[in-house]
Amino acid sequence: MQYEKEFLIGLYRTMVRIRNFELKAEELFLQGKLPGFIHLYIGEEAIATGAMANLRKDDYITSTHRGHGHMIAKGADVKKMMAELYGKETGYCKGKGGSMHIADVSIGVLGANGEVAGGLPIAVGAGMAIKMQKKDSVVISFFGDGASNRGAFHEALNWASVFKLPIIFLNENNQFASTERVTETTSVKNIGDRAKGYNIVGATVDGNDVIAVYEVVKEAVERARNGDGPTLIEAKTYRIKGHFVGDPELYRERSEVDEKWQFEPISRFESTLLKMGMLTDSEKDSIWKDAEVEVKDAVNFAEESTYPAPESALQDLFESDEGYDY
Amino acid sequence: MREITFSEALGEAMLEEMQRDPTIFTYGEDIAKQGGIFGAYKPILGKYKDRIIDTPISEEVIFGSALGAALAGMRPVAEFHFSDFLFTGMTAVANQIMKFKYMTGGQGKIHLILRGPDGISKSAAAQHSESIETLFMHIPGIKIIVPSTPYDMKGLFKTALKADDPVICFEHKMLYAKKGPVPEEEYYIPFGKADIKRAGKDVTVVATSRMVHESLKASEELAKEGIDVEVIDLRTLVPWDKETIIESVKKTHRLVVAHETWRRGGWGAEIAATVQEEAFEYLDAPIMRVGAKNVHIPFSPPLQDFVVPDYKSVINEIRKVVNV
Ligand SMILES: Cc1ncc(C[n+]2csc(CCOP(=O)(O)OP(=O)(O)O)c2C)c(N)n1
Repeated sequence: MQYEKEFLIGLYRTMVRIRNFELKAEELFLQGKLPGFIHLYIGEEAIATGAMANLRKDDYITSTHRGHGHMIAKGADVKKMMAELYGKETGYCKGKGGSMHIADVSIGVLGANGEVAGGLPIAVGAGMAIKMQKKDSVVISFFGDGASNRGAFHEALNWASVFKLPIIFLNENNQFASTERVTETTSVKNIGDRAKGYNIVGATVDGNDVIAVYEVVKEAVERARNGDGPTLIEAKTYRIKGHFVGDPELYRERSEVDEKWQFEPISRFESTLLKMGMLTDSEKDSIWKDAEVEVKDAVNFAEESTYPAPESALQDLFESDEGYDY
Repeated sequence: MREITFSEALGEAMLEEMQRDPTIFTYGEDIAKQGGIFGAYKPILGKYKDRIIDTPISEEVIFGSALGAALAGMRPVAEFHFSDFLFTGMTAVANQIMKFKYMTGGQGKIHLILRGPDGISKSAAAQHSESIETLFMHIPGIKIIVPSTPYDMKGLFKTALKADDPVICFEHKMLYAKKGPVPEEEYYIPFGKADIKRAGKDVTVVATSRMVHESLKASEELAKEGIDVEVIDLRTLVPWDKETIIESVKKTHRLVVAHETWRRGGWGAEIAATVQEEAFEYLDAPIMRVGAKNVHIPFSPPLQDFVVPDYKSVINEIRKVVNV
């Protein structure tokens, strides 16, 4: 591998930060501290991390209901994320959005989305804006295998291809859409093959291999920055946790999950780095320790924050509330 | 009488009618293995395997295909998963299902049902909390059932499964686990027949779904002060039972309409307008409306509580009319 140590450690650190955030979110939810639903990204960290390592601050992403990892990899503030999960005033959405609606427009995160495939058309719009402004920014639109079966997917890819928009459609094929297996609901073996139908470049990659994801997205980002249009990338992974925290998981056997866990991206990358001598045990320990401290601080911040005043529910619908009847 | 849950009542209605009519089948996301995202369909798990089908996440086809299947002689029951996702396939519902019969001069039997969870639940936030029944009342072409008890759920759903028109059924997420008496014997509840859930003489409250329970709670509180509230459960919005409401207003001379959907332009406005058109002379006070504030449903619990109406909201509006 021809990469600098600093770069590789950076990838590892991002994955570890995502993992720690998710483990904490799971724990807090099970303790009854977080309202609403939580969809975990555990086991999928390599995708957000590898992809986002190619992005600049002035690039955009659209995220999904399983979006904490995307946010962290794009540089979101973990404290504000955690506060939002708690529904606190200091959260990203001042308590209005929760896990599924976190956004940080200032760093190009154009929203998680509670609607499956809801982000794809939004990504198309961002791509059009970039083109009209003659910038070389790009958009990565994350979406699941289930989302690729919605009409919005077809419309967005066709449109992006016709207008040669700088978008990477990044499919996270974690094998499940809620209780449904991809094999039962999806007509192709590789979602990446669907690129053919839109006359764009398509690729299917091992989504548990952070370097592989980085490289394939790198090519796509270059194409997009050069004005050569969109790419569809399928990153194959496996959803280790239930669809949401508390999912009874009636649709699969424990043994299947245990088997897949052996291929999880963090320990896999970690052993590669250790073998290459790019990571020492003590560096590893301090990276995990730092990540734990970071989420712990975030939890403290969230717990110390107050809930929003009830009347603030009537703010933020419009720029100005003049003449509006609540 | 035995008591069963709202979900069990739905399941019983489905199983009884599926047995009677082999053309009934049901499909949607996450139903065959889990019984729907809230387990509403749990009672039918493992039954009629080729007639209970999991589909891709393809709302436009889930709804649009119901029309095709109905026209081709089947009786589809399509699940919308969350009422919010009706929007993602809305063209199939509003432009196809609701218009087909009319546009074609009355052709075909459009016996299909769209059903699923709706309403505000704990911190599901804006994209999973919609109560949008009013939209379907505004656009002509579909019958709407909004049950509040297991008894009504079963009886109305069985009627829907025999009806020859499109029907949409909104099941409130907070009601699925609620228990209530349901007889063993078969029964059907006709559409357009409201149910007086509590008789009273001082003020009429018209409600549906979860707000029926909030209104009943409000009436218990007010009974302590000697205010006698009549609670009418509409049970169906298209058609809606004007006669029962007007009869009640003739007795109480006061009306409050209570729904969970947004106050502005909610179905309560239609009822209030109709009653003042047709029974103005019986009214002793203005008609008051209870509904959610005119914003989306926020995530954080104190915000959600502020926006969504409950029994206290009903009490407030009742207080405004009783002393007039
Ligand atoms: C339009 C729409 N339909 C249905 C749902 C309910 N739902 C939420 S997540 C989900 C499964 C999504 O699967 P996939 O796109 O593969 O993403 P994953 O959860 O696997 O990351 C479903 C059906 C929704 N949120 N939006």
